[in-house]
Amino acid sequence: MDYITWRSIYTVLVFVVFVAIIWWAYSKSSKKRFDEAANSIFEEDELEQKANNTTKQESKNNE
Amino acid sequence: MSQTSPQQIEYNLKVVRQFAVMTVIWGIVGMALGVWIAAQLIWPELNFDTPWLTYSRLRPLHTNAVIFAFGTSALMGTAFYIVQKTCRVRLFSDKLAAFVFWSWQTVVLLAVITLPLGLTTSKEYAELEWPIDILIALSWVAFAIVFFGTLVKRRTSHIYVANWFYGGFIITVAVLHIVNSMAVPVSFTKSYSIYAGAVDAMVQWWYGHNAVGFLLTAGFLGMMYYFVPKQAERPVYSYRLSVVHFWALIGLYIWAGPHHLHYTALPDWTQSLGMVMSVILFVPSWGGMINGIMTLSGAWHKLKTDPILRFLIVSLSFYGMSTFEGPMMSIKSVNALSHYTDWTIGHVHSGALGWVAMITIGSMYYLIPRLWGQTQMHSVKWINTHFWLHTIGVVLYIVALWISGVMQGLMWRAVNAEDGTLTYSFVESVEASYPFWFIRFVGGLFIVAGMLLMAWNCYRTIKAGTATADYIDAAPQEAAPQSTATQSA
Repeated sequence: MDYITWRSIYTVLVFVVFVAIIWWAYSKSSKKRFDEAANSIFEEDELEQKANNTTKQESKNNE
Repeated sequence: MSQTSPQQIEYNLKVVRQFAVMTVIWGIVGMALGVWIAAQLIWPELNFDTPWLTYSRLRPLHTNAVIFAFGTSALMGTAFYIVQKTCRVRLFSDKLAAFVFWSWQTVVLLAVITLPLGLTTSKEYAELEWPIDILIALSWVAFAIVFFGTLVKRRTSHIYVANWFYGGFIITVAVLHIVNSMAVPVSFTKSYSIYAGAVDAMVQWWYGHNAVGFLLTAGFLGMMYYFVPKQAERPVYSYRLSVVHFWALIGLYIWAGPHHLHYTALPDWTQSLGMVMSVILFVPSWGGMINGIMTLSGAWHKLKTDPILRFLIVSLSFYGMSTFEGPMMSIKSVNALSHYTDWTIGHVHSGALGWVAMITIGSMYYLIPRLWGQTQMHSVKWINTHFWLHTIGVVLYIVALWISGVMQGLMWRAVNAEDGTLTYSFVESVEASYPFWFIRFVGGLFIVAGMLLMAWNCYRTIKAGTATADYIDAAPQEAAPQSTATQSA
């Protein structure tokens, strides 16, 4: 395969992959997972507070 | 105190604290250097007739200090913070993380020594000589190992989008740095690029523009996707858009470099291709900007009371502005007017001071109290003052250079109708630029004043607090946080 043909196929391939990514990102099946992911940075705070409960009390005792 | 029960793990925040402090310090150094060389353009005697202090040597020091000392310290620190928080694990290796910090600060110190000495490869944004380049590569590989190692051992199923941007930035910068820094050393302090002629120029701007695209854009977008939702206390406007944003940006940015070489020895088709790709780049850039700003939709009132959020959102406005300006300037006919003028410098600073610095400053104001066991900065009022100092400074800067840039471009191309000779000599265009250079200098003073206020605010915050020890339940899976809570209690 010569260089030009290979590059042409590659360009089309990249474009198809990109369209597939858009289709995947906006498909209904991904919605729930993405909503969870978007909110995941807030859950982390709750988890930490639970983890920190014991340590916080200790540090208060030290004061 | 042995408060770490086997159920809990502690985040490594020490390295994040170190990077956060250095971000503020290098920010002041880098921006003060910028003000100094801006002053040298008006009062050349400010080089004190000393070779080390000439514009030619301090200018690369300024760019290296703001990009690699200020910007990259911020990126490394926030990457280590976000990857731990979103993956809910401690960093992959504390020792390697410490190596990243100390080796990177060594790189910066070596830059501070070698650039004023005049040791330079003369490649823009890649001026450092080959021994330092090797250290950069080592430091960067360690950075990549710590970051991706942490991703691998994550305790969440999904990799949060901010990490995708950081990951893309880390991999691409490694490739860019290694390829562009290929050189033949002739002595310990001198080397020559292995590329020649137009190829060398193309490799240089493939590196140069992707340093903008991946270091100064993708990395800071990672920051944006974490700190904007956190500070706004709302999830990102559209997570789907963020996925498309990532892949579109990664796919397109890499092709934009040739727009730095319009009307040069670079083949014409390459220039045109670079132009087209740069214009298309507008689309993902604005997708990302809209995604960030719209995160605030329904909570716009927060902007009234929260100066940190103001920093973050205004940074996105500057991002939108400069990513509109950039594609426009990459159009060949526009570039014929703008290239080599102050317009380019104004454009760079609307990106660097508006977007990069403001998102960093906002993120640091979010981060620093949390790293030292505080709920907020020592003075929120001062953050607001800083916001206005910075904004006024940036606006003065870019408006002055827009005007002087367009003026220079018009003066350089003006020809006398009767015989086709140039209307103005170059020196006349320099003379006409002085008032605008003075305004730029004043804008710079505003910005450095704001940074000094930030440093004082950070000092007071850090002094009042103690280093945060942050724990998280080391439960087997995130799905069962409640059951583990009862276990540890």
